[in-house]
Formats: sequence, structure tokens, C-alpha cells
Amino acid sequence: MNRSHIDSVRPSAPFSDSQLPVYRAVSLRRIGAMILRYVYLLRSSWPRLLELMYWPFLQLLTWGFLQSYLNQQPGFLGAAGGALLGSVLLWEVLVRGQLGFSMSFLEEMWSRNMANLLISPLTRAELLLSLLSLSFLRVVISIVPITVLAIFFFDYNLWSLGFGLIAFFANLLLTGWALAIFTSGMVLRNGLGAEGLVWSTMFALMPFCSVFYPVSTLPKALQSVAWLLPPTYVFEGMRALVLEHTFRLDLMLWAFGINLLLMLGACMGFAKLMDSARRAGSLMAIGE
Amino acid sequence: MNDKTSTPVIEVENLTKVYKQVTAVDGISFSITQGSITGLLGGNGAGKTTTLGMLLGLILPSAGVIRLFGHDGSRDRHRVLHRMNFQSPYVALPLRLTVRQNLRVFGNLYGVPAVARRIDELADELELGDFLDREAGKISAGQKTRVALAKALINWPELLLLDEPTASLDPDTGDWIRTKLEAYRRRRGATLLLASHNMPEVERLCDDVIMLKQGRIVDRASPTGLVQKYGRTTLEDVFLDVARGRGLAASAAAPLGSA
Repeated sequence: MNRSHIDSVRPSAPFSDSQLPVYRAVSLRRIGAMILRYVYLLRSSWPRLLELMYWPFLQLLTWGFLQSYLNQQPGFLGAAGGALLGSVLLWEVLVRGQLGFSMSFLEEMWSRNMANLLISPLTRAELLLSLLSLSFLRVVISIVPITVLAIFFFDYNLWSLGFGLIAFFANLLLTGWALAIFTSGMVLRNGLGAEGLVWSTMFALMPFCSVFYPVSTLPKALQSVAWLLPPTYVFEGMRALVLEHTFRLDLMLWAFGINLLLMLGACMGFAKLMDSARRAGSLMAIGE
Repeated sequence: MNDKTSTPVIEVENLTKVYKQVTAVDGISFSITQGSITGLLGGNGAGKTTTLGMLLGLILPSAGVIRLFGHDGSRDRHRVLHRMNFQSPYVALPLRLTVRQNLRVFGNLYGVPAVARRIDELADELELGDFLDREAGKISAGQKTRVALAKALINWPELLLLDEPTASLDPDTGDWIRTKLEAYRRRRGATLLLASHNMPEVERLCDDVIMLKQGRIVDRASPTGLVQKYGRTTLEDVFLDVARGRGLAASAAAPLGSA
């Protein structure tokens, strides 16, 4: 056995503090390592890469043809059709933002690797930041090609929304991330038995977010619920921009404010759920 | 033994873990000095894995204090995590990544300088070369154990925690792993704490054995010391005496609060 070079980077024992890596509260290298881990995963698995795009593409086709049909109708129906594809594409941003985070998180649970990560120097903040970065990456891979295809297939240019699109995009991502952080905490605490929450929670919000219809369509009591959800402001804002050519900054600021509260609550909830999992011993059981 | 090697790497005082009505670890206290290999020995449910889990920070103690390298294990855990590592057959590496990719990711997580070079060293030392670029899910159980060991050694840990490191391995591979662990300890002066049911493994590797039963420390000595104390010929006989409460174990005083 050749051991002559084994300790070539570090001198042999005993250890001394000067040889140790410096501890940092947030390390870009550790976040980069997590991103690298998912890039390797996506590179090695074409079904995962395909999954990122095929569902948004199917949505585009289905709703795009409906919009084409509505555009041929006279009056308000024809005008409303113009907002339909925008709603579908923005809804996909919301869903893909949440799933982009949650899927990366679940990959660790499925591969029984979570304990390895939690005993490494990776901090809770770094874990969340890396998952958020990956979510952004996955949304870009999912949505950008679809918006380009929408131009070619249905003559619909989402990018024409301009600055409004950035505000819509940012707010929807924040909501998706808040939900993803909290549901991931639930999975960490309760195990993969709680995985269903990841897939279903966003769709449970859909009727109240006024994705395809104005808030005024909802009964009064539900309108109050709708205005608690940031996506409601985004979809109302999008309709105002498309149908009335008005950018409603007030709606975006409300959405941003509520999103900040949601993100804060989600991060605190994640921390509490992780501590609860440590108390219950369920982090140790992830691997068994 | 010089001053350096007598420094406690792990200090545990009155460590307790209670799950609802079940007391998994019941007020144990012990310390482990640098450069030693200590075995946590006990039957199923004795509290070995829970103790390791608390040392790793994966389980929050109900009471008690843990100090790792002199740092508070609860408040300053992140200050010492890069100095330790863990191997368990119950924790896996991402199966779709190649062995090299996995090691690169963990090398970066642990802040290892010149990761590629370190991977080459480990590949040479642990004979990973034939499957270094194969997916971790497509290698044999023995190869997976070698890869898990490589991951556990990627950061030259000063403290290595092992949960049944040779479980489900054939005798040849198990012996190979034990040889590597001995060599690592000898070369690096590292401290090893392992939970195991494998008596020959504990006899061969450990300088010191902490015997646990129902969450309490019932004895602590070297493997030969325990065999002599209980008047037996093997550690397995001692284990059975303790597990079944017979022989010296039947007449032993209350469990050791401190070892």
C-alpha cells in the first residue's frame, strides 16, 4: 500500500488549530457545493431535466389553444383571452418556484443523504440559500423556454409586460419559496409520510389566488382570504396591466410586504420544525 | 501519553434522552481522550445510536452537557463540525452521482483544500480507482462501505464517529475496513468512537469499551480488562452476562454514573 503521499496536503498528527479550515457563518463554497450536487444530478438524469420542461409545455399548449379560441370571440370574452395565457405562465412560475425548492429538498430525503448534510459544516441558512438558488435555476430552465415558445406558437409575448413582469416574477417566487420552506420543514419533522403536502398545498391555494378570475368573483368572505395571499395581488396586477394597460405599484408593494412576512414565518417555522425533529429523534431515523 | 493525547475530545455529563415515556439514554457521563478508539457496546435499544446522534447534533438531549474539543456541543456545534465526521450503513450518499462527484461535493462542504488531490489520495488508499467514476448506486455493498469511509475521511477528521461500520459486510471486507480504521488512527492520532454489536471488532479495535444497558453505563474498561473482570474468555461472553444480568453482572452495583 502506497502511503507516502496520503498526508501530503495536511501534515501528520497531532492536529493543531492552525491547520483547520476557518469557520464561517455563511460560506459561498458550501452553498456552491450544494448547487454542484444538483447540477451533477440533473446532468446525470435526463428524465429529471425533461420533467422541468414538459409539464409547463403541456400547460402552454392546452391553455394556448383555449386562448386562441377565445381571441376569435367578440367583445369582452376575446379581450379576457389575452390575460389567460399570462395567468397560466405566471401560475407556472409560482408552482415551479415551490417545486424547484421542494424537489431538491426531497432528493436528499429520498437518497437518505440528509443526515450526512446535517452533520457537515453546512448551516441551516446555507442549506436554505442553496435550495433557493436551485429553485431559481430550475424556474429559469422551466419557464424561459416556454415563454419563447408562447411567442412562436400563440403570438403571446410575456416579456412585453416589461418591469411589471419582474415584480410579478419576484413576488410569485417569494410566495412559492415560503410555502416550500414550510412544507419541507414539515417533511423533515414528520418524514416522507408528509410528502403529500409538498405536492398538494399550492393547488389548495389556487381557487383563492384568483388566478383566472378577478377577486370580485369570489364571495365576500373568501375575498378577505384572497387578499391575504400575495399571488392574488400579482394576478390582479397582471390583469390590470394586460386589460387596462396600468401597472399597479400599490398591489406589488402589498404583495411584497406580505411575502416578507411569509418568508420570515416560513424560515422560523422551518427552524422550529427542525428543532422539533431533533427533539423527536426523527433526523436520525431518516436513514433507517 | 503526553498532554496533547490526554486532552478530552468528548466530554459528556449526565446526558439524558427521553422520548415521551421511554428513557433511551439515562444520565450517562464519560470523557474520551484524543487518539483513543472507544467502543459503545450494548444490545438493541441500549442507547448507542441515540448517544451517537446526540454527539452529532442530530438528536437534542433532554438533559446534560456535551463538550466537543472543549466547545459546547449545543451552542457551538458548527465550530467543530469540520473537525469530525461520521459513517453509518444507514446513511447513504446520492446514488445518481458518481463516487468522485460525491466526494467532491463533501470535500467542498468540509472546506477541504485541493479536493481533487485529496480524492486521488483516498482513491489510492481505499482502492476506489476501479469505480471512482461509477454511479454510487451501481456499486456493490462492500464498495459502498469503502466509499462511505472515504466520505468520512475526506476532511481528515480528528474525531470519527462510526455506527456499526462493518454491518452486513463479509468477513474479508470487514477486516479490510478495520485495518484501514486502525491505520488512520495510528497515522493521524485521530479519536474514534464506534457503536457496534460485533465483539471481535470491538476486541480488535478498541482501547476502551463503554458498556451500555437500558440507556445506562454499566461498565467501562479495556476489552481485556472486561474479560478478566467478568472471569470470561471472550468479550462476547461478557456481553451476554451484561445483557442477561448473569454472573458478575447480576451482582454488580448500580450502573456507573461516570466512566
